[in-house]
Amino acid sequence: MNNQRNFFFNVDWITVFIYLALCIIGWFNIHAAVYDERHPFIFDLATNYGKQFLFMILAFTLAIIVLLLESRMITTLAPAFYAITIFLLVLVLVIGKNVGGNQAWLSLGGGFRLQPSEFAKFATCLLLARYLSQSNIKIADSKSFLTALAIIGLPMFLILRQPDMGSTLVFYSLIFVLYREGLSANYLIISILFIVLFLTSILYPPLYVIAVISGITFILILIMRKNKRLITTLLTGLVICIAFIFSVKFIYNKVLQPHQKVRIDIVLGIKSDLRGKGYNVNQSKIAIGSGKLWGKGYLHGTQTKYSFVPAQSTDFIFCTIGEEWGFAGTVFVLGLYLFLVLRIILIAERQRSSLSRIYGYGVASVLFFHVAINIATTIGLAPVIGIPLPFISYGGSSLINFTLLLFVLLKFDSNRLGIV
Amino acid sequence: MNSYFERRYTIAGIFIVIIIILVARLFYIQIIDNRYAIYASNNVRRQTIIFPARGPILDRNEKILVQNQTFYDIMVTPKQVKPFDTLEFCKLLGIDKAGFDKRWVKAMKYSPNLPSAFEKQLSGESFASLQERLSEFPGFDYSPRYLRNYPDSIAAQFLGFIGEVSDKDIERSGGYYHLGDYIGETGVEKSYESVLRGQRGVQNWLIDSKNKRKGRFANGLFDTAAIAGQRLKSSLDINIQQLGEQLMKNKLGSIVAIEPSTGEILCYVSSPTYDPNLMVGRQRGNNAASLYKNPYKPFFIRPIQAYYPPGSSFKPLSALIALQNGIITPETTYNCPGYYWAGNTKIRCTHVHGVVNLSSAVSGSCNGYFSMVFQKIIDLYGAKKTEQTFSQWRQNVNKFGLGNRLGLDMPNEGKGNLPTSAYYNKVYRPGGWRSSTVVSLAIGQGELEATPLQLANIECTIANHGFYYKPHLIKSIGAEEIIKKEYTERNFVGIDSQYFEPVINGMQAVVDHGTAIQSKIPGIIMCGKTGTAQNPHGENHSVFVAYAPRENPKIAIAVVVENSGEGARWAAPIASFIVEKYLKGSISKRESGITPAYFMNANKLPNIDNYTSKGKKRAAFLADSLRKSKPDSVFKQKRKKPLPYTRDDQPVNLKPDSGNKKNE
Repeated sequence: MNNQRNFFFNVDWITVFIYLALCIIGWFNIHAAVYDERHPFIFDLATNYGKQFLFMILAFTLAIIVLLLESRMITTLAPAFYAITIFLLVLVLVIGKNVGGNQAWLSLGGGFRLQPSEFAKFATCLLLARYLSQSNIKIADSKSFLTALAIIGLPMFLILRQPDMGSTLVFYSLIFVLYREGLSANYLIISILFIVLFLTSILYPPLYVIAVISGITFILILIMRKNKRLITTLLTGLVICIAFIFSVKFIYNKVLQPHQKVRIDIVLGIKSDLRGKGYNVNQSKIAIGSGKLWGKGYLHGTQTKYSFVPAQSTDFIFCTIGEEWGFAGTVFVLGLYLFLVLRIILIAERQRSSLSRIYGYGVASVLFFHVAINIATTIGLAPVIGIPLPFISYGGSSLINFTLLLFVLLKFDSNRLGIV
Repeated sequence: MNSYFERRYTIAGIFIVIIIILVARLFYIQIIDNRYAIYASNNVRRQTIIFPARGPILDRNEKILVQNQTFYDIMVTPKQVKPFDTLEFCKLLGIDKAGFDKRWVKAMKYSPNLPSAFEKQLSGESFASLQERLSEFPGFDYSPRYLRNYPDSIAAQFLGFIGEVSDKDIERSGGYYHLGDYIGETGVEKSYESVLRGQRGVQNWLIDSKNKRKGRFANGLFDTAAIAGQRLKSSLDINIQQLGEQLMKNKLGSIVAIEPSTGEILCYVSSPTYDPNLMVGRQRGNNAASLYKNPYKPFFIRPIQAYYPPGSSFKPLSALIALQNGIITPETTYNCPGYYWAGNTKIRCTHVHGVVNLSSAVSGSCNGYFSMVFQKIIDLYGAKKTEQTFSQWRQNVNKFGLGNRLGLDMPNEGKGNLPTSAYYNKVYRPGGWRSSTVVSLAIGQGELEATPLQLANIECTIANHGFYYKPHLIKSIGAEEIIKKEYTERNFVGIDSQYFEPVINGMQAVVDHGTAIQSKIPGIIMCGKTGTAQNPHGENHSVFVAYAPRENPKIAIAVVVENSGEGARWAAPIASFIVEKYLKGSISKRESGITPAYFMNANKLPNIDNYTSKGKKRAAFLADSLRKSKPDSVFKQKRKKPLPYTRDDQPVNLKPDSGNKKNE
């Protein structure tokens, strides 16, 4: 009993409050987004907001259960969670329900569906943390590094088969975890460089891009001409970059699917197809942009209420916030997320156990990736890849997964003074 | 903690930078860029136009000439259409599959998301059967339109018709008209468009992304109500208009009757006419095409567009001008030997009139007398001043409204033709013409041409002893019965009232015991003048002008029956029936035995084939009434030889006689 009380005291209540705030903001905005005059009551189970309330109850229950569990049990079961998730990911490819072009859902009956890719995020983070926390594992060691990549890569591969590009890319964010645990900064720089090169070489003629990066390289060589080894590296890098630029067109035209290409084109402003593929993003920008400073007021957003924005309770829920609460609302919500993510990093860093820390960074990375990409999508800064806004978007799988992710960390954190 | 502890700052830093980028972008689209707010309002705001009912048009006794009838446009929004029984739909709509496909393609081309007219102008009856079942065809809707309906099917050329606006109309209107709107195209519908059309109303709706209405935009703050068009009270009398159209059936020509004391046009017949209802509804296109093809040109508005030589009906004018200028007196006589020598030109008279004074010259229509008067006017200051005196004469004639538009409240009014001295200077040479050269003008021939409206207006002037009111077809506007000020002003023609009596005496004699005796109306003194205008294309035009009663005149009238023969034979009886019907309300039995039925049944339409077989182009034949501004080429070429002259009772053939020979 004493132990129990202790641990409730040790829970990081600030994080819990932010979590609750985001859930409630989500619930009200779902209410506004799919407001139905026939079912105005926010608890009405015939509507998405009614269902979301149910999901919230489920999520809260789950959160309490997680807090009551033994941390050791959770870490021990990590491989089992991972195995189950992989099994479900294979299963969904066989008997899954196809919604919106992605075979991502398992039907649970009663109109409820399970999205295994959501739980894969939790299971992968946990297993990765457990693996990397082993004392003989050094990320600089190539065998360890490849194993870590395999843990991340297996669910990515299966999810890509659905094909759910968005959820696949989420795992890419775990590079931050690897970086924190000693992955060379070069990987981070190179991956960012390649993303920039990829986008610019779609946007601009390859020769221009090559000219610019060659120029930058020569300036760097001039500055650091004393370091012969670095010059060799830089020149090698330049050659690789040029090769990459030429392969981009090939990747872009042959590897990507047409709808993905169009989405990238729209974000880059190459195409503006406002009636077709670009419709969502354009309407979403209109919704957010028309909110001005203070918004149109709760339930008064015309863009969202009259369903100009598709998927407005799920991936485009941020539109409702932008339209009805204005710039004030969007900055507030972004502020909450930033605060939450920084708080998680703080929590992670105060852990004694490296497993908890690594897991904490996993949570922060996955959460942040969702937030940044989702919001960037709604304001036309990122292509539409279809990932939800954590805690706010409508959807049981997403809410429960993020609750699980977060509260397992809080559970670890509550034990941080004890020995795990 | 391990050796990579510092890296948390890098990671946190990256997160913060990304969030700042997002906030900056949000600041830009939410605060700086105002376009999105406008887009959002455009997204949800839809205007629907409430069409106002077009103003009705009544006759002078408030009987309805035009009213509104509701027609239905079937609208389609292609994106909302679900699979349905196309055949059944076509059957209900009365179209075939090919027609359906054509309309469908057109609608898709216009917009898959917006409604456009699929089939237009379904009448109430044909719509009724469709309406019950329209719900079976999602995506199809209807929109009521007000179109015109003509209960008596009369006065087509007066009323005109409405049609869809052209791109030009839309451009010119400065935003009033929109595609698919109706506008007056001809007749009173055109000239009073701004009064009749009313004011459209606008409703602003909130719509969702499926174009479904969700309520009023801004609670109706920007909505306006439709204001119905004002009613017009025309000056026409439906009774005599109807009678006139019946009498003119199967004839070319026109009737214009005016109330001299107001200038209100009582009767405005253009023959052949057509049923104005043909220009409404789904068959409009076909009907219009066949009416356009009709060689007798039913769309031609003969009362104001057809030019005729006024013939003898013009004779009183020269006499009045001469009286006013003291050149003659009523007692001035002329001894008619049956012809008149104007210089070297011999003008034939109908018969030997003997000694005639002004009144008897009018009643006997003596060509010689009026040629003499005309020469006296022109030669007043000697032959060398011909140009000057002619210009003076022209000015005086012009005051009667000849050679000018009278300013009728209808589009397309013609001027007629009153030649100028400049014209003769061009045809001959300056100073190369004399009174004898243009003497045919004295008797309403030569280049002189007038519209039936101008002829009737001259009678008004005579009836009023020297002035007329601007002729008009719309008596008053709106429920307040506003009368335009210009219609209450007298237009004086510069002849003192006392000079009219001798002319009027002569005109009374024409009907009492002269050429038009057949047309005498029991109990009513009618003053008239017959005319038989010869023309190069066939039988003479029968012309009759008159007013009645002599004291306190109520009606002035001009009747032209083309290619029918003498004025007394056709135009005069028709005029007398109209006058009697108007004054008495019914037509009594005539001593002469003529009956309206005879005239109604007579067919005097010229045979087109005869004309073409003579080697003349149809255009030349049509030129009689269709000629617009210039005398046609036949007239010009023969100008040197005086034209065949107008006579009252018997046409004169143009044969070279001794006089002409002498001239050559």
